[in-house]
Amino acid sequence: MVKKEIYLFGTVIAILMFSQWIISKTLNPYLFMILMYCGINIILGVSLNIINGLTGQFSIGHAGFMAIGGYVSAAFSFYFFAPWISAMGLPFWLQTVGAHFFFLISLFLGGLTAAGFGYVVGLPSLHLRGDYLGIVTLGFGEIIRVLILNLDVIGGARGFTGIPSWSNFFWVYFFVVCVVLLSFRLVRSYHGRALLAIRENEIAAEAMGINITAYKVKAFMLSSFFAGIAGGLFAHYIGYLNPSSFTFIKSFEAIVIVVLGGMGSISGAVLAALITTILPEALRPLQEVTRLDFRMVIYPLLLLTLMLTRPQGILGTKEIGDVLPFLKRKSR
Amino acid sequence: MKTLNKMFLVIFALTFFVMCTKQEDKNILKIGEFGSLTGSEATFGVSTHEGIMLAIDELNAAGGIQGKKLKIITVDDQGKAEEAATAVTKLITSDGVIAILGEVASSRSLAAAPIAQRYQIPMISPSSTNPKVTQVGDYIFRTCFIDPFQGKVMANFAIHKLKAKRVAILRDVKSDYSVGLAEFFKKTFEENGGKIVSDISYTGGDVEFKAQLTTIRSKKVDAIFVPGYYTEVGLIARQAKELGIKAPLLGGDGWDSERLTEIAGNALDNSYFSNHYSPESTDPKVIDFVSRYKKVYGKIPDGLAAMGYDAALILIEALKQTKNQTPQEIRAALANIKNFQAVTGNISFNDQRDAEKAAVVIVVKNKKFSFIETVHP
Repeated sequence: MVKKEIYLFGTVIAILMFSQWIISKTLNPYLFMILMYCGINIILGVSLNIINGLTGQFSIGHAGFMAIGGYVSAAFSFYFFAPWISAMGLPFWLQTVGAHFFFLISLFLGGLTAAGFGYVVGLPSLHLRGDYLGIVTLGFGEIIRVLILNLDVIGGARGFTGIPSWSNFFWVYFFVVCVVLLSFRLVRSYHGRALLAIRENEIAAEAMGINITAYKVKAFMLSSFFAGIAGGLFAHYIGYLNPSSFTFIKSFEAIVIVVLGGMGSISGAVLAALITTILPEALRPLQEVTRLDFRMVIYPLLLLTLMLTRPQGILGTKEIGDVLPFLKRKSR
Repeated sequence: MKTLNKMFLVIFALTFFVMCTKQEDKNILKIGEFGSLTGSEATFGVSTHEGIMLAIDELNAAGGIQGKKLKIITVDDQGKAEEAATAVTKLITSDGVIAILGEVASSRSLAAAPIAQRYQIPMISPSSTNPKVTQVGDYIFRTCFIDPFQGKVMANFAIHKLKAKRVAILRDVKSDYSVGLAEFFKKTFEENGGKIVSDISYTGGDVEFKAQLTTIRSKKVDAIFVPGYYTEVGLIARQAKELGIKAPLLGGDGWDSERLTEIAGNALDNSYFSNHYSPESTDPKVIDFVSRYKKVYGKIPDGLAAMGYDAALILIEALKQTKNQTPQEIRAALANIKNFQAVTGNISFNDQRDAEKAAVVIVVKNKKFSFIETVHP
């Protein structure tokens, strides 16, 4: 069984590496950029889904965790790893390998810091429910942003420039696979069931012997970890970070992904992330032709229509396999 | 399922069709522009766009460059840094532009510049004043002066013209622009023997400044340097007057808006700020530009419109000097521009690719801006 999983993992990595090679050779960089944003938004949406969808808590601080991950990993890369690599005077191919290695480390450092903050925020505030938790997380996100604004080492209001561009298709989609796979496995595990129980009825869950706060904090940390990873990938892709990218509007974009896809639906979040990323770009030519801002009229209008006609989200609580059965793995 | 399949097929076919029908017209030179046409700083983007379009339309009406017409492709970045990066990637790789004009805000220019540099497409920012913008690489230019210069101009003005000895600084910590100006003002002012008695901050979006102003009042200052944007500056001026502060306020080009005096009323009388140009200037080039702009858009051009116009003019000048209009040629031509007669002053690029040009100091009187002097670098 374990051997099989290793094979599967190896295959995924091989496929990703191959696509990285193909895509970097052929795809138009603009489309490539959209593809990268799609991946980053999928990670954001699916990770937020762990809190908002599976555990039924309402967090509006996702941009804050993303900012922490982004800035921490960018700072490590910029101040330590990149200078180390250039100081060592390695041959070119080793430098590339080193960059990838250190990139992974700085991503993890960013993710872990975000998870740490998730713990700090989560522990005292997860006794709160519903709207109250929403307000606490909203406040947290803003605190983080204002903190960054006042830290000159990471650029402050000016923005953080000169972050090495280490992100590529492989790493973004590697973490997409990780977060999606992890979410699916989580839902079917004991821990995931506990989260679902909390979502459905906290009192009943507690009566069944589930330590509600502990599970909520765990879900919070896991979610923040991946938000931090998404931030790191974003930082190393654009090569520039500005606190204005992490306002609560960014948090709401993540929430839109979760709600649009259907609260609790993992494949729904993936689908919604694709839609919310591609749609505004697809509507861009319309704005250029008409010279009017139709783009930001039509895009919200489409979202509005979708939510009015399908308030439960695109997939509801179902997964893509339930809707399109041919995609489903045969049960063993 | 079948309908879904069909839909995908149709979308795919359409995209393919659109991609294939793109024809390259040899007689059109494509120039990209990105700016905040929507969002909270939309007026900046729209003014700049109007200035650029005026220059391009005039050129096309006059026959273009070596018989080739210029076509501007404008992409909106909604005032977001990551959208600016997307916009520039799209302009370069999808539309195939040979040069890029933009952005007003330094944060967006900083996000976009590394991409232009990577693809080696010259980018000219009309009004990003942060020094870091052109440090990105040798393809990035700007046609405005930088924060240090503006801070220096106002510090010298305070010392030599106002004879100020004790000055307080009230800066917006959230704005890179405000922080930059404040730093360089402080440096120059202290080097010239002045004393910064108080350096306090506020946050963009605040409406209540009495706490900071009360501290400043107790310090007996000769002037207060407020390098912020017009909304907060207007409110600060009002509240300063209510507290009985008589010292004049000093500021930078962020003050340049009709809204400033609408908010401040008469509270800003005898306050001074530095700017890129004044529509009241007696320079014949300015008078000519203002009348042409008025004819097309029916209003007086603000500073950003003038700077957009100048950025486009400089690009046109560079294009005229090239043979085949390749990005490399344009870059080389741009770097060689010296003493170009533009609306907002004579522009030369220094080896940092920053424009060296004069600033104007403007005084506010009876809700009107009047031109005082031109300060050369």
